[in-house]
Amino acid sequence: ALLLLFCSLRMKGLPVLSLLLGLCFFYFVGIYLFVGGFLLVRLEVNRTSSCGDVLQPGEEPVDFCRVQPRFRRAVLLIIDALKIDFARFDPNNTAPRPYENKLPVLEETASSRPSHSRLYPFRADPPTTTMQRIKGFTTGSLPTFVDVGNNFASSAILEDNLIHQFGQVGKRVVFMGDDTWESLFPKKFYRSLPFPSFNVKDLHTVDNGILQHLYTTMTSGDWDVLVAHFLGVDHCGHRFGPDHPAMADKLTQMNGVIRSVIDRLQNDTLLVVMGDHGMTDNGDHGGESQKETDAAIFLYSPAPLFAGPPSQNELDVVPQTDLVPTLALLLGVPIPYSSVGQVLLPLFPPHGQKEGTVEGLSQLEALWINAKQVNRFLETYSGMAKDIPPESLSRLKEEFNRLSSEYLTTVRFGRSPSPELAASLQAYLTSVRDTCRATWARFNPVKMAAGLAILAFACVLCFILSEFSIDLLRETGPGLKVPVIMALTAGGCVAVGQLLTQGYIEVAWSLAAVALTSQLLFLWTASRCRTTAVAKNGTKTQKWARCLTARYLLIPPVVIPLLRCASLLSDSYVIAEGRVVTFLMFSLALYIPIHLNWDGLLLPPIHDPLKSAGLLPSPGLSPSTVRKESSTLLACIGLLVGSLYLSLSFHGCREEQGFCQPSPFLSPLSRLQDSQLKNLHYVLSIFSLGLWTYLLRRCLRHYGNLNSSGGTVFTARWILPLLSMCLGLHWAVSATPEDSFRNLAELISLAQLALPRAAFCLLGLGLVLIWLDPLTVFVKTRAATSTRGSSLSPPRYRASTGISPQAELHHLIPQIYQRMRRSLNDGEMSRVSEVDSRPAVEAYGLGTVYSAPLLLFCGLLGIGLLLLHPEGMALSFLLLLLEMGALLHIQASSTTLSGGFYVPWTPIVMWSFAATQFFHATGHLPTFPSIQWGAAFVGFPDGHTGTILPASLVTLNTFASHILFAVSCPLLLFWPLVCEVRGSRGGRACGEEGEDAVMEMRLRENPKQFSSALLQLSTRYLFIHGAQVFASVCAAAILRRHLMVWKVFAPKLMFEASGFLVSSLSLLIGVTLVLRVDIAVGHWFKRIIPDTSR
Amino acid sequence: MWDHEIRAMASTHAIIAASVFMATVLPAVTIRGFSVYGTHLLWLYSVSGTVTAVSVAVFWLLGISPPTKKHTLGYKLSRLFRSCVYFFLSCLFFHTVVVLYGAPLIESALETFSLAVLLTSLTTLRCLCVLGPNVQAWIRVFSRHGAMSVWDTCLQITVACTVVGAWVGAFPIPLDWDRPWQVWPVSCSLGAMIGFLTGLVAAPAWIHYHRKQLTYKCK
Repeated sequence: ALLLLFCSLRMKGLPVLSLLLGLCFFYFVGIYLFVGGFLLVRLEVNRTSSCGDVLQPGEEPVDFCRVQPRFRRAVLLIIDALKIDFARFDPNNTAPRPYENKLPVLEETASSRPSHSRLYPFRADPPTTTMQRIKGFTTGSLPTFVDVGNNFASSAILEDNLIHQFGQVGKRVVFMGDDTWESLFPKKFYRSLPFPSFNVKDLHTVDNGILQHLYTTMTSGDWDVLVAHFLGVDHCGHRFGPDHPAMADKLTQMNGVIRSVIDRLQNDTLLVVMGDHGMTDNGDHGGESQKETDAAIFLYSPAPLFAGPPSQNELDVVPQTDLVPTLALLLGVPIPYSSVGQVLLPLFPPHGQKEGTVEGLSQLEALWINAKQVNRFLETYSGMAKDIPPESLSRLKEEFNRLSSEYLTTVRFGRSPSPELAASLQAYLTSVRDTCRATWARFNPVKMAAGLAILAFACVLCFILSEFSIDLLRETGPGLKVPVIMALTAGGCVAVGQLLTQGYIEVAWSLAAVALTSQLLFLWTASRCRTTAVAKNGTKTQKWARCLTARYLLIPPVVIPLLRCASLLSDSYVIAEGRVVTFLMFSLALYIPIHLNWDGLLLPPIHDPLKSAGLLPSPGLSPSTVRKESSTLLACIGLLVGSLYLSLSFHGCREEQGFCQPSPFLSPLSRLQDSQLKNLHYVLSIFSLGLWTYLLRRCLRHYGNLNSSGGTVFTARWILPLLSMCLGLHWAVSATPEDSFRNLAELISLAQLALPRAAFCLLGLGLVLIWLDPLTVFVKTRAATSTRGSSLSPPRYRASTGISPQAELHHLIPQIYQRMRRSLNDGEMSRVSEVDSRPAVEAYGLGTVYSAPLLLFCGLLGIGLLLLHPEGMALSFLLLLLEMGALLHIQASSTTLSGGFYVPWTPIVMWSFAATQFFHATGHLPTFPSIQWGAAFVGFPDGHTGTILPASLVTLNTFASHILFAVSCPLLLFWPLVCEVRGSRGGRACGEEGEDAVMEMRLRENPKQFSSALLQLSTRYLFIHGAQVFASVCAAAILRRHLMVWKVFAPKLMFEASGFLVSSLSLLIGVTLVLRVDIAVGHWFKRIIPDTSR
Repeated sequence: MWDHEIRAMASTHAIIAASVFMATVLPAVTIRGFSVYGTHLLWLYSVSGTVTAVSVAVFWLLGISPPTKKHTLGYKLSRLFRSCVYFFLSCLFFHTVVVLYGAPLIESALETFSLAVLLTSLTTLRCLCVLGPNVQAWIRVFSRHGAMSVWDTCLQITVACTVVGAWVGAFPIPLDWDRPWQVWPVSCSLGAMIGFLTGLVAAPAWIHYHRKQLTYKCK
């Protein structure tokens, strides 16, 4: 009966998996929604306009660029963060603030020569950061954070832009100032004088550098377009804020600059003075408030520029995109392909006045050219992407067709055009821009809020599940289906509602409805479960209360994750993340022995009369065991701390960290010049690779998992060493300098192709074999034992001859296990009674049946991931393995010392921090430039045709530590059981010994406990990662106007979210593997029973 | 219950706190150019020296150190020698821990060691004064049921406060505020000092409010 129970008891795999999947789904939906509202994505159109595009209707084809343009030259003075308030002049203001009335030259010129100059507010589109703005007013488009099609590695603008067009028609563009331009337009300038823009505290380097060259360049005449980008005002704002005397000095300096530039202008030159964005009262920018978006633009020319003095119906605000078509048409170049701007009409003469002194295009012609270009862009874009709503697209198209036919008839018959035509062309252009802006340039606060809410609920659910997994798992059978069905119905309702009201479905909102409904229902179910559980036994009522008291919340395993989450809200801590995580890990590592000592568990109890009198709970462990476990614990903590400290030397450097030197191990071997150093590095890498392999095999052999002949054992015996050999050879080949073995060049290139591919194949084969045949148990009947010789003592049994064979088998397992150990160790053990008249079964490695395949899986995966890294990272991977082992042993020892079956928070927190720590210690950083692109070319030196394979290789490389730690997470549960036997060997009574050495079979004995412990472990792990994602999402939402949002917080959010994605998937893989093993063990027992009962 | 002892403890702590105050103020008056940030090492030495001297004097006068078994001069000398060795070893220990926490290894070794000296004089020295050079007893004191007198409880609280203070003191270092007190090891030593002073106030207060619940085994 006992054995029947033993075999029929299966852990509840399905509920565990489905609950985990549900949780992951919530997180994914939350991240998807938030990112959808926060990161605006736009496809780049890689087409360029050419002179032939811009043909006037009804005339013989003339090259547009040959026609004499209105202005031959232009000067663009860009004053970074020149807010409109800075540029206005109020003569009645007697006590101006430091930033007021400091640019009188603009007002003077505008009032003294009204037809030559004008000052407008110049409205930027968010994100109001300098790089995005430069993109905006050169391409005429609305750049978003992620412009898809842009290659991440370099930031050069690939879209059609003004600078490119100037170059096409042979204009000499001279640039000076902010070096961002140099990276955006590499090699596009006729002459370029960039100055470093990075140091925000430096107010003068860039400006003084420009002023040294500006006037001489202007008078030399060796230019057609002169771009000067001043940074002083912006840096002054960041450093002191606008309301500071330094700002007054800076603006006064700019006033002088503008004045002298105006004095040096010639008649054929247009001057544009403009700010790229504004600033808040604190001097920051990046967001979408009016203070940040409203810059100033001042247009001036010595030749008359405007048709007349400013009229009443003058435009009050100039959108930033409008500069592009205006400048293009005034200077006689085609409008860049993807511009959505609209020409500034006041700068063009009205129709009919063309025959005056002013040359160039009339208002209507300019508008027509503009509208045609915008329509062409819209058609191209809507062919590529579907993010512009189709019905507004069709409306815009109809409008254009109507206007174009009207215009063409007007021109063909030479009629004077109606003023309505110009107005409706303008209206068309405005509506195009508004449509595009609604799609690309606005945060979607509703989506962001929904994403935040879903993430918050997911975190709460995760926490509840992890704390009360035992209660909840009992109830989940029918309780799961109702919420899922309800949620799907809600999602369907939302989809149908959208279909009815808007005519199309936005998937995000339906998913949001599904997630929110099911979350709320789950929460409700959970609370109901709790109340019923409380009703059953009233003792648990204190649990909720206990969770909220200060004493429970102030313990380090809670405080340190909180600190970690809080650190994600500050840019300095995100920049120093690698060190911050290591610091926190180290604190937790020190906390473990201190806590154990505080509970009096670290040292063997001193025997005094009080204890024996029962005042203290008498410990169940003998002093020698305690001493042994404590010393193991301390040694492991030493190992952990050592590897933490050493791992700091593998960090890369962010550009914000000024004095940092990236680790020498990060560069590939082939780049090292010194051959001795190269050899040293190679030997070190090979040594760590060998040690990695050896340690894994040693561990498996130690627990008797290398005896059988299944797939897993085959993998461990042959594939693991072969894989590491492949890797070592691959390193050797890729490190050989190209010119040293000329005659072997072909062979080397072949090896570079074949070796990594062979490694990939071996890795795949190994993983599949482990999956198919995960058992590492070697079964041997006793007959075989006796033939092997007398050196092995006959199998021992418990004194249990009278019981049924099934029950005997149940007890046999531990005995078998002990026997196996003894035969391996040759250690002496106290002999129990020996009965040797019956055939028996021996099972080697049954005690580690769950952990062995998982360990091997991780080991193989680790070598595979190492393949994608630079060679020097082998040391870091070895540290990773050592740290993993140390953590596991710490967990095992502290479990032995303090007891308990479930995994407490501290080791899980450390486990998940270790993932982040080794993310940094393998040379990764949460920034886009630091992605190791080389990983995509391992085994594919000639590049790829598709994008999926390189993308997944780079993902595997980037999140290697996340993958390893997540897959191996269930080991935290198994390891205390694996190490259990050591503790029991001490001074136990002999009768208890067998029961104690069950190892992982204990999990099979209590499948319910097993599944709830597994669920708890994975939800806790998910919770910690999820809380970090939530914190970085909050950081991005709260600090979306921060100076560093696009440099620090948004990339951090992307990396954290993708890290979570990868971790949760790997965790699911790990858990599924455990369940797979469980099923295999179940089959194995079924196979065994008939053998023994016969 | 232990009103007398609590009062003695409060006055001891008041003396030590006053000595810390004097060690900060007096050099500022006498030495030109002295400031806690600017000449930080000087302040560190002055404070740790004063705390060491005052604690040793006060605890010796109070006579709470454990009774010695022998009263020979040689035994006393060996005890003194052992105490000095422990003091030095504890400095090394703190230095190692601080370096492992991420302090620069070579560059500012002197600063790190000075911090270690300060931490030792705030924590280990007290252990030496209260428990004598007996590591077993030190380890025993820092457990839930390990305190055997009011002074042991007080020791627990002050040491914990000091260490936590130094730990929290490391937080502002990575921030980009460019303040003089963010320089290594100013914030950590200030944190340790503030934690220590907090501990000096908190320990008598806590013991006073919990005097009903506290039970000690006889020594």
